[in-house]
Amino acid sequence: MSRFDWLSGYLAELEDEHVIVHSGSAQTLAPAHLLIIDPEDWGKAASVAKNMDLRWSGIWADEQDSDIVLSAVLVNQGDYVVLRTALLGEQPEIASHTPLYPGADRMERHLADMFGVTFTDHPDTRRWIRHQAWQEGEHPLRAGFPVQGNPPERTPADADYPSPPIQGSGVYEIPVGPVHAGIIEPGHFRFQAAGEPILRLEERLGYVHKGIEKIAVGRDAAGLARLAGRISGDSTVAHTWAACQALERASGIRPPERASIIRGLLSERERIANHIGDIGAICNDVGFAFAQMQCQALREQWQRRSGELSGHRLMMDVVVPGGVMINLDDAAIATLREDHARLREQARSLFDILDDQPSLEDRLLSTGYLSPETARALGASGYVGKASGQAIDLRTDGLYAPYTRLRFNIALSESGDVATRMGIRQEEVFSSLNLMDEMLKMLEQQTDRTDIYIELPSRPGGEGLGLIDGWRGEIVSYVRLDDEGRVARFFARDPSWFTWPALERIVLGNIVPDFPVCNKSVNGSYSGHDL
Amino acid sequence: MMRILNRIYRTGTLTEQGLDLRDPEIEALGRELKTHIDARFDGSLAIREVDAGSCNACELEIHAVNGPYYDIERFGVHFVASPRHADVLLVTGPVSRHMETALRRTWQAMGKPRFVIASGDCACSGGEFGVSYASCGAVRNVIPVDLQIPGCPPSPIELMKGILALMQGTNAP
Ligand code: SF4
Repeated sequence: MSRFDWLSGYLAELEDEHVIVHSGSAQTLAPAHLLIIDPEDWGKAASVAKNMDLRWSGIWADEQDSDIVLSAVLVNQGDYVVLRTALLGEQPEIASHTPLYPGADRMERHLADMFGVTFTDHPDTRRWIRHQAWQEGEHPLRAGFPVQGNPPERTPADADYPSPPIQGSGVYEIPVGPVHAGIIEPGHFRFQAAGEPILRLEERLGYVHKGIEKIAVGRDAAGLARLAGRISGDSTVAHTWAACQALERASGIRPPERASIIRGLLSERERIANHIGDIGAICNDVGFAFAQMQCQALREQWQRRSGELSGHRLMMDVVVPGGVMINLDDAAIATLREDHARLREQARSLFDILDDQPSLEDRLLSTGYLSPETARALGASGYVGKASGQAIDLRTDGLYAPYTRLRFNIALSESGDVATRMGIRQEEVFSSLNLMDEMLKMLEQQTDRTDIYIELPSRPGGEGLGLIDGWRGEIVSYVRLDDEGRVARFFARDPSWFTWPALERIVLGNIVPDFPVCNKSVNGSYSGHDL
Repeated sequence: MMRILNRIYRTGTLTEQGLDLRDPEIEALGRELKTHIDARFDGSLAIREVDAGSCNACELEIHAVNGPYYDIERFGVHFVASPRHADVLLVTGPVSRHMETALRRTWQAMGKPRFVIASGDCACSGGEFGVSYASCGAVRNVIPVDLQIPGCPPSPIELMKGILALMQGTNAP
């Protein structure tokens, strides 16, 4: 099978539906294909995509002159297509993709809040990211909206967000948050329950909205990379990499090969640190503190090494536009190889213990089930998707170095419960370790061992797409540069956009006290979603 | 069960001897912290952490400070679930406007005397996010702050140093 061999079929179907594709480009947003269509065909193009079982992977808007340009991402077999259309900026209105792709729900509401786009047949007209810091009718990402906005002296709580009531004998509601009991991010959850089982969960997010898309505008490449590294701190390497990839493509360059390999190493380090930390936390949520302590210890050792190698325990700001800030010499490579072997052995013996603990099995097996159909409908990637049959892993799609030269099997299952999500993460610890050993070999085989950075040429007006598989799943990052080569538009789609709605489905029928472990097994990023 | 016991035995105690042997200053601060907490807070200092808009990396390091390597509890510092039980509010992130009221209410729910630590560059100055339509910037723009811990994020050692410094500067309640 060759790349994009399905695209001609999609184009033919569009033609049958009288959808006119005005122009297509394989270059503008490479490796994605860009297709420009009319706004009135927006819904039809998605419905053809849905019939062909394409995956929907995100949408962003961009104000250009007085138009609102919408771009939606579709994926099939690791090939990306971007549908694009322009709306008049006055009263932008367009068909919604949500009736076809429920995962589009909140992203479209985000655009309604931020740009004032009306999605005509959207099933949910409530605001999403907007709380009370700006007024209805104001749209922060429109060019005329100042960065400082016009916030009230004190921003009140968003107390009147409409939440559907529930009635019936013995039915009750538990509102939780935004401030939670633990050391975690803020968000509001409203449980509707009868007895112990949860009948319905309503998430209300947006509490840590920091205006990232707005304050990105006008930054230079280095400034954007720093900001991207703070979209979701636990994914700082992955998000920075995605933004840098978008910037590099917008500027028409590729980073040196050694830089890509080092990025790969850092990214796999980040994956392992988070997987191990979360495996401990999942066990802790069902009272198995032993695992939490063991995992925290492993994670701490791992982070200390990251700190020694990169100067930062979480490896922030090490990936930069054009390359990386650190090189690895032979001594560092030898140390890492020993580390990998040690962790492989420690993790194996620890996971063996976890794997046959009856008390863990009792709490984690069959808890928090997500069906493959729902995962597919929502577009869940990462371990949430993989545990429910979605073989989405950009590292296997031949999209970016160093993974173009590496092979591994995606950990996959259809069992879809908490135990499976944890199991996928255990497997990924080992596959990451293997990949990292391969990367160390690649570093050793290089003849030029100094080339880790290339200056970004200025390319006014360029645009680029970043596609990176972070530990949570697929990250899509978009950058457009202005006439001076500064950022005109930046958007990053964290995988959490699709796993948060999955959590609402996952908890149904589970008992309220199992919410924490269900939540931890998904571990959506609040900050990455709220942006 | 034997495997668990065996692993616990082999892992041993990981808590750093006096935190960091290379830094006797911290060991001294640690001892002093314990003395302060014993004298003024009857042996235990309760901290309520609030993420007011952080990128979540600050939280990762606060988790680490509670982990087996640092184990801040042995100095009498523990993290509590309710602001009503807390002596100290540890705030991370720039204060997002959407969290402004929640933060203020959490602070108001605390008994007095109460102390506020702004932890991380964002909490100290607004950091990478500054002040905007979405962000109030530094924590002190919203509630009074007693101590600031810079860093992005502050490492566990820096967090411990910060809490110790607050205790040193704190007047007896
Ligand atoms: S100080 Fe740094 S780590 Fe902490 S919230 Fe701000 S950006 Fe994140």
